[in-house]
Amino acid sequence: MATNFFSKKNLSVIDKILSFDYFLVFLVLLLGIISLFAMYSSEQGVFSYHTKSHLYRFSVFFLFFIIISLFKIEYLLRSAYFFYIIILLLLIGVELYGITASGSKRWISLFFINLQPSELMKIALIIFLARYYYKIPSQNVNNIKYIILPFISFLIPVYLVAVQPDLGTAVLIAITGLIVIWLSGFRIKYFLYSSLVLICLIPVGISFLKPYQKSRILTFFNPERDPLGAGYQIIQSKIAVGSGGILGKGFLQGSQSYLDYLPEKHTDFIFTLFSEEFGFFGSLFLLLIYALIIYRITKIGSESRNNFARLYCFGFASAFFVYVAVNMSMVLGLLPIVGAPLPIMSYGGSSMLSIMIGLGIVMSCKIHNNEQLG
Amino acid sequence: MISFTETFQNKTKLISRRMFFLSGLKVAVFISIITRLFYLQISENIKYRSLSDNNRFREWKIVPQRGIIEDYFGQKIADNTQTFQLHMIPEDVPNMESLFFRLSKIIDFNERKKKKIIKRIKKRKPWEPIIISDNLSWSEFSRLNLFLHEIQGVKPVVALSRKYFSDGSSSHIIGYVSDASVKDLENNELIREINIPGLKTGKNGLEKSFNNLMIGTPGIQRFEVNAYGKRIKELELVKGISGKNFRTTIDHEVQKLASGLLKEKSASVCVMDIYTGDVVSLVSSPTFDPNKFVHGINQKDWDDLLKNEMKPLINKPLAGLYPPGSTIKPIVALSALENDVMSTKKIVQCKGKIELYGQTYHCWKEKGHGFMNMRSGIKQSCDVYFYEVARRLGIDRLSVTSKNFGLGKKVLNSFYEEKSGVVPNTKWKIKNIGTGWVLGETLISGIGQGYFQTTPIQLCLMMAQLANGGYEIKPRIIDDKLAVQPMVDKWREEFYFKKNNLDLDSGLVKLYRNKENVKFVLDALFGATNEPLGTSYRSRLTQPGYIYAGKTGTSQIRTITEEERKLKLKNIDLPYKKRDHALFIAFAPYKNPRYSISVVVEHGGAGSSGAAPIAKKVLKKVLERQKLREKYQPNLFEEV
Repeated sequence: MATNFFSKKNLSVIDKILSFDYFLVFLVLLLGIISLFAMYSSEQGVFSYHTKSHLYRFSVFFLFFIIISLFKIEYLLRSAYFFYIIILLLLIGVELYGITASGSKRWISLFFINLQPSELMKIALIIFLARYYYKIPSQNVNNIKYIILPFISFLIPVYLVAVQPDLGTAVLIAITGLIVIWLSGFRIKYFLYSSLVLICLIPVGISFLKPYQKSRILTFFNPERDPLGAGYQIIQSKIAVGSGGILGKGFLQGSQSYLDYLPEKHTDFIFTLFSEEFGFFGSLFLLLIYALIIYRITKIGSESRNNFARLYCFGFASAFFVYVAVNMSMVLGLLPIVGAPLPIMSYGGSSMLSIMIGLGIVMSCKIHNNEQLG
Repeated sequence: MISFTETFQNKTKLISRRMFFLSGLKVAVFISIITRLFYLQISENIKYRSLSDNNRFREWKIVPQRGIIEDYFGQKIADNTQTFQLHMIPEDVPNMESLFFRLSKIIDFNERKKKKIIKRIKKRKPWEPIIISDNLSWSEFSRLNLFLHEIQGVKPVVALSRKYFSDGSSSHIIGYVSDASVKDLENNELIREINIPGLKTGKNGLEKSFNNLMIGTPGIQRFEVNAYGKRIKELELVKGISGKNFRTTIDHEVQKLASGLLKEKSASVCVMDIYTGDVVSLVSSPTFDPNKFVHGINQKDWDDLLKNEMKPLINKPLAGLYPPGSTIKPIVALSALENDVMSTKKIVQCKGKIELYGQTYHCWKEKGHGFMNMRSGIKQSCDVYFYEVARRLGIDRLSVTSKNFGLGKKVLNSFYEEKSGVVPNTKWKIKNIGTGWVLGETLISGIGQGYFQTTPIQLCLMMAQLANGGYEIKPRIIDDKLAVQPMVDKWREEFYFKKNNLDLDSGLVKLYRNKENVKFVLDALFGATNEPLGTSYRSRLTQPGYIYAGKTGTSQIRTITEEERKLKLKNIDLPYKKRDHALFIAFAPYKNPRYSISVVVEHGGAGSSGAAPIAKKVLKKVLERQKLREKYQPNLFEEV
């Protein structure tokens, strides 16, 4: 039975491995290596806990990526709802039994690992929606009958994540959900209507925000409002990036991160650290890798002969893009600080796991791109 | 099936169309991110780089080593020594209260000090070190180091601080240093500029006069600091430049001796080289231990100094004002001779007193001296003789000569506290008292009483300028290596051995008109010390080369009433405050002179018994050390 997951009548494991998108694999490995160097620098040039842990995680989850690639796409399609429900249950579990750290309840202990289900939900939602929409004709998408379930499917996790509270991830989940729904044919004017409603609801929403969330948003509009408090991170991050210059200060020479002026330098602000040390050209290079990854995923999607793969790849590529864009904009002072990791670069197991699972599914789509799913 | 395929293709097209649109959006977003990067890293790079450096670097100034003050022989009178200090950086202290509590168990740290430090913390930036204690004993310091792991935010430091001779023999010359006061900060721009914790500033004496030169230039320690202000590594150390050292003309050995002789007295000794003007000794008594001020004097010691009626804080040789008494008689005599109002052979009969306009003027010798000429008048210090001299001379001519020889103006320009004294004349009286001069005042001026106010160093200078043959000298206490020694021999030769009255071609200012007049006065002073009936005969030195000549003085500080005169009260029977001041001026050796001295003992009774014996011992010491001192001379010129 188990071998059945990996092989189809006409595709052996060897065949599958040969039909990998090796450029994508290369890009992911390259990104992984860069992330290790950045992590090493964030620990001031000592091969210490975060770097080691990041290395283990990258190695293990990269293996996940390869293994999932070998799964039959049909199997993935069939287990999509199941996967979504498992993650949803975990999210509910967080609400009930979660671990609280620095004021928010985001983690659940699974005996051997502390998991952040909200990160996995990012992928689960895409795969769920892709599964839901791939067979629905586009003219039916706007039928009220087919609207209710997808919206419920993404509003529940968004709510659960928002109350943790983790506004950043909630927004990211919402955005990726909306993108997939829109891609599958949802009419643009409905989005306009609903965004109008949303704008009207903003004042109500603000009253639900925690004080620190409010202050973050206010700080975004004026970082100097509270330079030692909420504005500190963004000011120091801009100083770090700006002082990097064209070629950067050099590997392990980033004074802002080395001297602890940079907050969260191994997680959300890893790009700041990288940018300080490698400058404008280094940042462009990193951005190029991300752009190429997104491009390869999109390409795999468009070459796929079934709509599930297509929707999934487009959805994942967009989600990947959103993570990168939100994180970079955030550390460059273009968006408020919301707490969004940079894929693969940032320290964090759940985020890495979710990206690797996502990439694995993409690769499976690539390998099985000729299959038409009934 | 057809419809399904169609639907499928339609859907595929729709998805791809929308994805294409979305990809365009993504490109736009990435471009905006690149633009932002360009703006931050290239356009605004300079601004952010300087902001980053501001984050990174922090500078600390280091107290420079204060200049040293040496005596003539290189003995360090004001030196720097290692002290053990405890510094604290407030932002590194997790809990101030518990730190203070711990400290109170380890070192001498009480509530008062705690309050002081809390006040100081508020004034300074949190990363600036604050000195908790600047003078820990060795046992406190070692205990601190033992418990250091338990107390965060403090740092034991070995620093340099001022160290003086604790015998205090030169306390008044050197002065002392202490922490800068608000007043110091207001008045001294340099101190305002380098106001580093631990910087001491001169409060008195030479420490004050040469403060700005002695402070030096502070060093700078540049550190890379992290976001919490913790020093990560030292990037740069600009060594400070230690302050200028000063060599004085003082002889510490003479200082010690003189200071010892004056113990328990309110007195001063002043010794001067009559040719170079070098001040060899300048002692004020009682003295104090200047080391007590360095780390802040405690209230009790301070009160003791202030309440002491002998006024230990006053630099008496420079700031003590006394009527010169009989010590002015050589000048009175010289003035009379120079102005041709009297001949040395003029005889005056002393009956113990004279009367003038119904007022009686007494001689110190009640029975009278009998017939006196000018030489014996000086020798025996006959007041009646000098009433007559003064009457003939008049106050204005006397005041010109007195001023010429150094009275009435500051002698050293190195001291803030020096006083100029008073040489009265008719104009002075109208200006300062408002009434006209009366003859009686001329008479008492002739014996150095009345309005005359002199400092001991002025008397010493007056003596020096007489003894060197009547030439002006510029007294100095700082050895600035421009001594006039090569001239000295020539100078002595000119005055003492050549008969003609030629001026030296050295640009020296001659203070006399006729050399013989000066010689006469010096000879009379020889008589006063070395001949029987001379006032300081009992204090003479007989050893060849040590024979000196001098004039006593006893200055009354109040008018003696007729009843007291009848009671024949001796000074010793009077209350301390009412006793006369004892004065003595001298030069030595008589043949081939080199030094002049003035001794003033407040309320010390008669000059002959109160001051002359001290002068004798000091002069002996000075003469013993003359060879040694001369040996040091050549060095001066090599170094120039």
